[in-house]
Amino acid sequence: MDELPIIEARGLKRTFKARGAKGKLIEAVRGIDLTVRPGEIVGFLGPNGAGKTTTLKMLCTLLEPTGGTATVAGCDLRSDAVGVRRRIGYVSQAGSTSPEARAGEEIISHAQFYGIDRTTARTRGQNLLAALDLADVWDRPCGSLSGGQRRRLDIVMGLIHQPKLVFLDEPSTGLDPQSRANLWTHIRKLRDDFGTTVFLTTHYMDEADNLSDRILIIDNGAIVAEGTPAELKQRVSGDAITLTLRTAADAEAAKAIAAGLPGADMPIVDGNIVRLHATEASTALPALLSELVKAGIEAIGIETKRPTLDDVFLTLTGRSLRD
Amino acid sequence: MGFFRDTWIVFSRAMRLSLRQPLWVLIGLMQPILYLTLFGPLLVGMANAPGFPAGDAWQIFVPGLLVQLGIFGGLFVGFGIIAEWRSGVIDRMMVTPANRTALIAGRALRDVVVIVTQAIVLCGAAYFFGLRVPIWALLVGLVLVGLLGAAFSFISNAIGIATKSEDALAPLVNALALPILLLSGILLPMTLAPRWLQIVSDFNPFKHIVDALRALFRGELMTPTVGLGLLLAVVLVLLGAWIGNRVFVQQTK
Ligand SMILES: Nc1ncnc2c1ncn2[C@@H]1O[C@H](COP(=O)(O)OP(=O)(O)OP(=O)(O)O)[C@@H](O)[C@H]1O
Ligand SMILES: [Mg+2]
Repeated sequence: MDELPIIEARGLKRTFKARGAKGKLIEAVRGIDLTVRPGEIVGFLGPNGAGKTTTLKMLCTLLEPTGGTATVAGCDLRSDAVGVRRRIGYVSQAGSTSPEARAGEEIISHAQFYGIDRTTARTRGQNLLAALDLADVWDRPCGSLSGGQRRRLDIVMGLIHQPKLVFLDEPSTGLDPQSRANLWTHIRKLRDDFGTTVFLTTHYMDEADNLSDRILIIDNGAIVAEGTPAELKQRVSGDAITLTLRTAADAEAAKAIAAGLPGADMPIVDGNIVRLHATEASTALPALLSELVKAGIEAIGIETKRPTLDDVFLTLTGRSLRD
Repeated sequence: MGFFRDTWIVFSRAMRLSLRQPLWVLIGLMQPILYLTLFGPLLVGMANAPGFPAGDAWQIFVPGLLVQLGIFGGLFVGFGIIAEWRSGVIDRMMVTPANRTALIAGRALRDVVVIVTQAIVLCGAAYFFGLRVPIWALLVGLVLVGLLGAAFSFISNAIGIATKSEDALAPLVNALALPILLLSGILLPMTLAPRWLQIVSDFNPFKHIVDALRALFRGELMTPTVGLGLLLAVVLVLLGAWIGNRVFVQQTK
């Protein structure tokens, strides 16, 4: 690809002075590098406090980095912050509307900051609302909307000026499964129809998995892994295979056989159960089974499980994302 | 120009939200009207006491109420901006290309409009109690009140955004308001005070602003007292705007 990256960050860093504790510094983001190509949907996955929002705020000019450089949408973050602001959309984790204001008023007033006239703002706003199943909220006070409706209104606000690059901080928090699926469809459509680049943070693994072309995993202020969902999962020890045998003796024998399989790790025996990982369970299983039959061992149960992003996170950090 | 357009966008949004809550505007008016009806008559009886400055009781009392309106009307707006910050509105505006100063100036302009409207209602009510002032003096007086309101709106918004906490803003507002109130002769003219108190109050700019407004209401215009008051008010607005702008720019640091 010869297209210029739409986000290019080098050594981006942010430390906060902790309030109260004198002189103590919080290293929220510890010098991250990232490159995002136009038209990509990039998921930024990490647990609470990992530094997702801080990174996003830096890329959106809301927070000055304490170190490093970045170009966003073709403009330098430090020297041309206004240029960045003109070209990006940002949906904050904290919302964007006053409870007393009517939804339509907030949309129009927000659009005016980008030099969009009222009529255009109204048309675009209503189309976007309709696309996100919010057709009838135009005249309603934002405070009267449900949490999920208000979240979708935030997204409409962030898209009103049709930015080429949009940052979504935990876009689907508070949405029911159906609205989430609808939002994912809409985000994909944004990219497919308009070539919009989407950079979103999430701590939902299924969201990162289903929506992103590429995932960056952030933990404790540093990017610990990066790749397509499939690539990341392959980096984990592979598919999990669980064999159930008749007896513990059979299990010990099966362990020896399984250990000899190409691409398998050291099996673990637990009573009459053997657990192991193989790069590809679908190709490893037939070989394993025929070896077992040759040795006169009968397996009474076989279970395989594809790795999840949680397994990836667990392998990389020793902790589960769900903690 | 971007600044004026953005100020207008922020102002019209804020104004619309204020108009939707007329109760707050009314509550803001209640205080001066209560002073007018319950405290004013007391002063009328005192106006002949030795040490009372020239002019009739209403010409002395109403300027004090107007200055009070300007100060308090502006001082409490910081609570509103904290609520806006909490709902994400401030960050949402800061990621747009909008001029930073406009984000606070548009809000201050809304506060000025509310305060000047309240001041007009107050003067109208005072007319029925017996206030008589030339119309031009009233107009210059309203400008003065508007300037004060702007200055305090800037400062209160700045403190609100800097602290992001009602619990921090409330004591700060009180700490500012009380000495200003007591040392400016808003309720009783400082000419009644003992010598040392007069000297202390000379260092309070708001005393000179109240004096200027009283002079205006007596029919003075081109006098040093009026000039000093107006000058101080303009300086306060510029100072407030500078602080407000700094705090907003500082937000991204
Ligand atoms: N203004 C601030 N002052 C001090 N510390 C901060 C500030 N903002 C963030 N932090 C700290 O920086 C770290 C990263 O926070 P950040 O909000 O980026 O996390 P996150 O990945 O977005 O988490 P979440 O999933 O909870 O939204 C946290 O330890 C947080 O406490
Ligand atoms: Mg966050």
